[in-house]
Amino acid sequence: MTDAAHAHGHDDHSHGDHGHHAPPSGMMRWLTTTNHKDIGSLYLWFSLIMLFTAGSMALLIRAELFQPGLQLTNPDFFNQLTTMHGLIMIFGVIMPAFSGFANWQIPLMLGAPDMAFPRMNNWAFWILPVAGVLLMGSFLLPGGAVAGGWTMYPPLFIQGGISYDLTILAVHIMGLSSIMGSINIITTILNMRAPGLTLMKMPLFCWTWLITAYLLIATMPVLAGAVTMLLTDRNFGTSFFNAAGGGDPVMFQHIFWFFAHPEVYILILPAFGIVSSIIPTFARKPLFGYASMVYATASIAILSFIVWAHHMFSVGMPAAAQLFFMFSTMLIAVPTGVKVFNWVATMWKGSMTFETPMLFAIAFVCLFTIGGFSGLVLAIAPVDIQLHDTYYVVAHFHYVLVSGALFSIFAGIYYWLPKWSGHMYDETLGKWHFWLSVIGMNIVFFPMHFLGLAGMPRRIPDYALQFTEFNQIATVGAFIFGFSQLIFLVVVLKAARGGVKATDRVWEGAEGLEWTLPSPAPYHTFETAPVVK
Amino acid sequence: MSAGNAKTLGKLVVVTLLMFGFGFALVPFYYKICEATGINSGAEQSLVKNTQIDTRRWVTLEFDANTNTSLPWRFKPLQTRLKVHPGQLVQVEYEVINNSDHAIVGQAVPSYGPARAAAFFKKIECFCFTPQTLAAGERRRMPVLFVLDHAMDPEVHTVTLSYTFFDMAPKAAASGLRNLMPHG
Repeated sequence: MTDAAHAHGHDDHSHGDHGHHAPPSGMMRWLTTTNHKDIGSLYLWFSLIMLFTAGSMALLIRAELFQPGLQLTNPDFFNQLTTMHGLIMIFGVIMPAFSGFANWQIPLMLGAPDMAFPRMNNWAFWILPVAGVLLMGSFLLPGGAVAGGWTMYPPLFIQGGISYDLTILAVHIMGLSSIMGSINIITTILNMRAPGLTLMKMPLFCWTWLITAYLLIATMPVLAGAVTMLLTDRNFGTSFFNAAGGGDPVMFQHIFWFFAHPEVYILILPAFGIVSSIIPTFARKPLFGYASMVYATASIAILSFIVWAHHMFSVGMPAAAQLFFMFSTMLIAVPTGVKVFNWVATMWKGSMTFETPMLFAIAFVCLFTIGGFSGLVLAIAPVDIQLHDTYYVVAHFHYVLVSGALFSIFAGIYYWLPKWSGHMYDETLGKWHFWLSVIGMNIVFFPMHFLGLAGMPRRIPDYALQFTEFNQIATVGAFIFGFSQLIFLVVVLKAARGGVKATDRVWEGAEGLEWTLPSPAPYHTFETAPVVK
Repeated sequence: MSAGNAKTLGKLVVVTLLMFGFGFALVPFYYKICEATGINSGAEQSLVKNTQIDTRRWVTLEFDANTNTSLPWRFKPLQTRLKVHPGQLVQVEYEVINNSDHAIVGQAVPSYGPARAAAFFKKIECFCFTPQTLAAGERRRMPVLFVLDHAMDPEVHTVTLSYTFFDMAPKAAASGLRNLMPHG
């Protein structure tokens, strides 16, 4: 998708007098690039490759679960698949994809020439594939990849083999990458906005990423600390979590979820930003309640720090603590409800059209809300003790992460791809991709609610006979959903190579600085800052 | 890199490092919170409350210790009397000292008074379960963990637990269990 941008970059240079070097060609161009657009594309391609990698693992999991009993995998390999699927989807797909959007869009939306620290930006991306190799390579090691669950709970995680050490190292690297990316984003947003572009005039995508980046630098170091403690428990004789040495395994869960609950908002706040950009464009109305959106995002971020133990109701906790975490969790529904209300109010009486980005954005609003409601059900402590570690939880977090985070990423790609590549994507294929995805996704995950209510435990390759039908439905849905992503690949490749030339504004109702640029966006943009009235 | 950006970078790096330290600080912090609020202190856990304790009555326990005359050990309970509720988990300790100049294997055999209390005296962990080998001059403290079943006859108000240590050497010799004997 950047070939055109690349070519354009050359043109720009031939008559430019800014002293920029033309990017080197071939592999070195990508390895050494400090251009925010190149790095954004790298993040997005990396994310796409990882989506297919971790998606294949999901299909293997669903294939195994098509029937009770063991068909394709053994229990240990099955656990490796669920663990790696989770780790890669979170750290290798969703987070890098949002970083890709941030790199492409934040400078364009703010009227900045590039990110604040381009060299650090390059590092932040290029250490990611190293973490990917450590994770994927551990499949080949004796004992296989990690099988202790993406949450890395001890005692399992302090007992496994060499691949557990490699995974801890990979988590360190991915955390470092996120922290560097976040520092870049915060600095860019705080210091490099175009004159006149006050914080409260910024596109909401920048706001949600600013808050996400703060969440990242507040929680990623805590995760780094937690996995460092795992590492020293494993190798250097400490006993933070090792009960044999006086440690407490539950302590890990407290520290981990102090990171990981804000992390789930890290995975969704940028999605809110993307959707808040798309819905006004296709409703041809400004976003309803901009200021309340900003405050709602900030409230969600602050509340995310005081709800972590709702992941741990079943470990044993005094009733007062259960009540506190239960009610504080439910409180998050208020700012989230404000957001959903604002999106619906934006669409209300709008002149709506339903191009693929809008379809994904509307599906996001509907399905993310379902995921939010099942989250409220799980927030009720007595109910959670019943549903803990069942497929109800699996259904819940896939509704918020697949039809939430992933759909917003699809929406954002369809929305900005014409600006990035200069070509319109294939609308017919886009619609096919949307409908197959939204139908397939619901066929996979909706039956899981019932499986969970009926008591089917997660992370087990076998199940009782009465769960067979719903599992078979889910598996059929998974293959529809999985293979329809190949359509997405085709759409992206086609738009990257050529197609109908996109106009500068691309969408009739699009507002914002990025749409004032030519399509494709030139290699260097806003070298003189635009003035925002 | 402009000066403004460098300043922001510096601040954010400090935040990052502080949060890394905060992760580790959470460990003592959680222990302190639990200590101060009484959360997580064993029996206080709200989810596991022992409902088998009969708090309406008290039973006096007496502890006694003897050694068989052929065994040159000194053996005594560290507490002689204890008042408990039936159903309560109790741990007591005995001390044994080998006064001889060589290692000896001994095993304790319990007896109860009154004898009908024996069926309700549920030992979970006891040094009497296995033979004990004591080196010359060795002193050892040994726990007994038990529950006095709440179903015990309410007429019984005092239960005596008495242990007698026997030298295992004759038995080991008779059964050919040479490996029970310490070598050298």
